[in-house]
Amino acid sequence: MSESGKKIRVVIAKPGLDGHDRGAKVIARALRDAGMEVIYTGLRQTPEQIVTTAIQEDADGIGISILSGAHQFYFKRVIDLLKEKNASDILVFGGGVIPEDDIPGLLEMGAGAIFGPGAPTSSAIEWLEKTVAAKIN
Amino acid sequence: MHKLTERALSGDIRAMARLISMAEDRADGIDSFMKELYPYIGRTWIIGVTGSPGAGKSTLADKLIEHFRERGGVKVGVLAIDPSSPYTGGAILADRLRMQRHTADEGVYMRSLAARGSLGGLSRGTREAASILDACGFGIVIIETVGVGQSEIDVMRVADTVCVILAPGLGDDVQAMKAGIMEIADIFVVNKADKPGADRVVNEVRAINRISAVVKTVAETGDGVPELGAELRSHWERVREGEPGKLREAARMCSKIEEILAERISESARRLWAKRQNEILPLVLNRQLDPYSAADIILSDITFFLRG
Ligand code: B12
Ligand SMILES: Nc1nc2c(ncn2[C@@H]2O[C@H](COP(=O)(O)OP(=O)(O)OP(=O)(O)O)[C@@H](O)[C@H]2O)c(=O)[nH]1
Ligand SMILES: [Mg+2]
Repeated sequence: MSESGKKIRVVIAKPGLDGHDRGAKVIARALRDAGMEVIYTGLRQTPEQIVTTAIQEDADGIGISILSGAHQFYFKRVIDLLKEKNASDILVFGGGVIPEDDIPGLLEMGAGAIFGPGAPTSSAIEWLEKTVAAKIN
Repeated sequence: MHKLTERALSGDIRAMARLISMAEDRADGIDSFMKELYPYIGRTWIIGVTGSPGAGKSTLADKLIEHFRERGGVKVGVLAIDPSSPYTGGAILADRLRMQRHTADEGVYMRSLAARGSLGGLSRGTREAASILDACGFGIVIIETVGVGQSEIDVMRVADTVCVILAPGLGDDVQAMKAGIMEIADIFVVNKADKPGADRVVNEVRAINRISAVVKTVAETGDGVPELGAELRSHWERVREGEPGKLREAARMCSKIEEILAERISESARRLWAKRQNEILPLVLNRQLDPYSAADIILSDITFFLRG
């Protein structure tokens, strides 16, 4: 690989009618400042749009930001669609307002990690760098 | 043929997207993939969309996709380039936000590219990315450049038809832009025609460039887009057939070969220098050798290296 090498590319997605976009923008900027390329889809995306975007963009991961309470539904749908399209190697992770009790269920479903309001953005960055590196090697 | 090339040519979007990433990363072996694709390349119409930040390039690209798709058949690819941070190398790529409604259309492929330090308004792999889309059957490729000032004119070397987008109220002084992007336009678009001052911009453009067509649009509503589509097609028909088109093609091929050469030679120079740096740098620092002679040594290594 030549000097610049491989960049981590991440889609930051806001599914459904959830209009809370501050957290998504905070995390998008934090990932950019860590040297990553962030594709921001904007609000009101369907799971189909999110998955198609990640495939077209050759993204390493999809970061779902959700504060509406509908996380079970959207994580499941995105993960299922990735499976359907033979793209399960694309990581799914996320954050927003997600009750502690719901996290194990999301992880079991296939989400890689969840970062709620308390988690510093650096923890998401470290997790992504580590997980993408492990995936490539 | 590599599996990946085969998959891409058979319509596998993941494979095609991966090839574009390899071109962007200058990954080892990308040239051999490009060689395999080459026989399938050469049918696509490449439209460049350039202009100041916020002029409405993405919004207009969104309407152009719709316009071309409604006319049936042809698959449309979009390559949208945004700047990378010079400090961290990261980027937020948000052009596609304005085109997201087309994700449901399988005949449309959109890809966000980060400039990664390239200064000409495109990314390093944009030309290859367009060729990859070409080989994979995308009949039209729209390239949205980074929002440019005046000197970022690489799009001219890649696109068949270049649209320069202007808009009133951006502090775009048409006079000041004269030197740079004003000269590369095949078609001028004065967007945001719903805003005051649009006619003034049209007149300023006409005063400078009497040859290229000028079209007014409101990208938000789609007003003027059919007229723009017609101007685009009429330009393409002219360049595709005539002598100017052949000259343009020759100039493009020439710059492409120069680019490949420069890339390969500088890559070899970097590698060979990395290999011999520990040995040669101390000699230069001790003044036993001057930097020019140091470069001569590396260059003679390259000649040897390239002969194999
Ligand atoms: C600000 C706010 C609003 C603003 C939103 C402005 C905007 N453009 O974002 C306004 C006033 C518009 C609003 C409206 C509503 N809100 Co409101 N809102 C909030 C509030 C107070 C803060 C959210 C926020 O911006 N936090 C700051 C950001 C930076 O934090 P964050 O989003 O959590 O993100 C951090 C992490 O979660 C994580 N993260 C987030 N996303 C991602 C993604 C990835 C990939 C990763 C790695 C990490 C990550 O990183 C971030 C930084 O640490 C919350 C309460 C709360 N404490 O969270 C309620 C809250 C989210 N809202 C709520 C509700 C109900 C509403 C309304 C429905 C109210 C109404 N009845 O009209 C509307 C819905 C609007 C809509 N269309 O969706 C509820 C949701 C309830 C639920 N989930 O069950 C909450 C939880 C309040 C409550 N306790 O009831 N809201
Ligand atoms: N009034 C008006 N606003 C427009 C028009 N076209 C685009 N806009 C708005 O102008 C802003 C910038 O539009 P974009 O399409 O993102 O512009 P761009 O040239 O792609 O911007 P960069 O990629 O950031 O350089 C958006 O808020 C659009 O909604 C138009 O015809 N009229
Ligand atoms: Mg844009």
